[in-house]
Amino acid sequence: MLAKRIIPCLDVRDGQVVKGVRFRDHVVVGDILELAARYRDEGADELVFYDITASPEGRSVDRSWVARVAAVLDIPFCVAGGIRSVADAEAILNAGAEKISVNTPALANPPLIGELASRFGSQCVVVGIDSETTAAGFRVYRDTGDPSRSRDAGHDTLEWVREVQDRGAGEIVLNCMASDGVKRGYDLAQLAAVRAKCRVPLVASGGAGTAQHFVDVFGIAKVDAALAASVFHSGNIVISDLKRALRAAHIEVRP
Amino acid sequence: MSDVVVIDSGGANLASLGHALTRLGVTATVTRDPALIGAAQRVLLPGVGAAADAMARLESAGLVGVIKEIRAPLLGICLGMQLLFDHSAEGDTACLGLLRGRVEPLPASPQLPAPHMGWNTIETCADHELLTGLENQYFYFVHGYGVRPVAATTATVDYGGAWTAVVRVGNVHGVQFHPERSGAAGARLLENFLRCV
Repeated sequence: MLAKRIIPCLDVRDGQVVKGVRFRDHVVVGDILELAARYRDEGADELVFYDITASPEGRSVDRSWVARVAAVLDIPFCVAGGIRSVADAEAILNAGAEKISVNTPALANPPLIGELASRFGSQCVVVGIDSETTAAGFRVYRDTGDPSRSRDAGHDTLEWVREVQDRGAGEIVLNCMASDGVKRGYDLAQLAAVRAKCRVPLVASGGAGTAQHFVDVFGIAKVDAALAASVFHSGNIVISDLKRALRAAHIEVRP
Repeated sequence: MSDVVVIDSGGANLASLGHALTRLGVTATVTRDPALIGAAQRVLLPGVGAAADAMARLESAGLVGVIKEIRAPLLGICLGMQLLFDHSAEGDTACLGLLRGRVEPLPASPQLPAPHMGWNTIETCADHELLTGLENQYFYFVHGYGVRPVAATTATVDYGGAWTAVVRVGNVHGVQFHPERSGAAGARLLENFLRCV
């Protein structure tokens, strides 16, 4: 049976892993290769490296760490942040990443999703969506890496979920912004609404604070994978303990 | 072991496969050179992307006939496995025809998303030295197309019914999952391939 995936997200800046609260006030939490190896050893199913400085500042970044990660890691990993072109994606995939994830560049240039899917296959193409619950429903936000530029992207979230699938996305990461970094649980209502419209794998992001939050997001929102950062970086949740808790709740996980 | 060749199929998992072999102490040659491929003791055919593109690249490199003539153990990985079969519905593509069977799309729904992505267990249905020591292990799958079980299938994976996970006819082996990204189990499978006769 297909196992539910636990995915630590490592926000990377200048080759260091950092984490902020609600996307702000980032502090260094560790070395990228050390953390990658630690999570692999604890039973992480996959890793996401999100280059948080790349997209808002509009500059190309040093991604030599991708090849170093690929050499040591024997589980899949995805690179996100600042990927604006087929050439950007190709460099990362050729360095050994399994997948690339696009967010703001897909909003700025939606055909990019299809170009990436036809060149590399949908299975390589993850679309990240930052979404906020508003009076107008679930709304997509862009440029969320920079609080001064973060703004409504002009899309209803469920409509954008449909569009990115039609354009060739192979996986969707839904980051529920109000929940991110505050550890009160995943946004189950929003994730369940997206799940009902999503025929590709769906990854929940934002809000994990306890093992029960993971049990709920798999059991109630029926997502395929759950992504988290601060609870893992702080050591508040150890992945091997989390997987024992999930197994006890009859959720299929890899040992 | 020397003379391990990875066919440069133009896909994007060449680097991770090379790293996985390096971790096993093997320096593989990544090449499109027919002479090197024909003389190798072990040949791996990786592949990521679309079947039609991959076959077109093999054809333009003059490798279709070369691959069909390989007598050393050959391992197709993911799309590389699918290319070993007769035909793929992905782009209505004629493939290498080393294995009997057809590649078809996985159905997609919110209850059963496609691609089939993540760690899944395999069920052995025939003896295969590639699978020695790998009962009940999880492997990492990422695929939107697959092959229903055929006569040559040696292990299946359950995702909305059984699909071919591992296959073998003579010297031709294939795995639908990614051993290079399947942790210790994947490393063991590659080691079994390097040792097989």
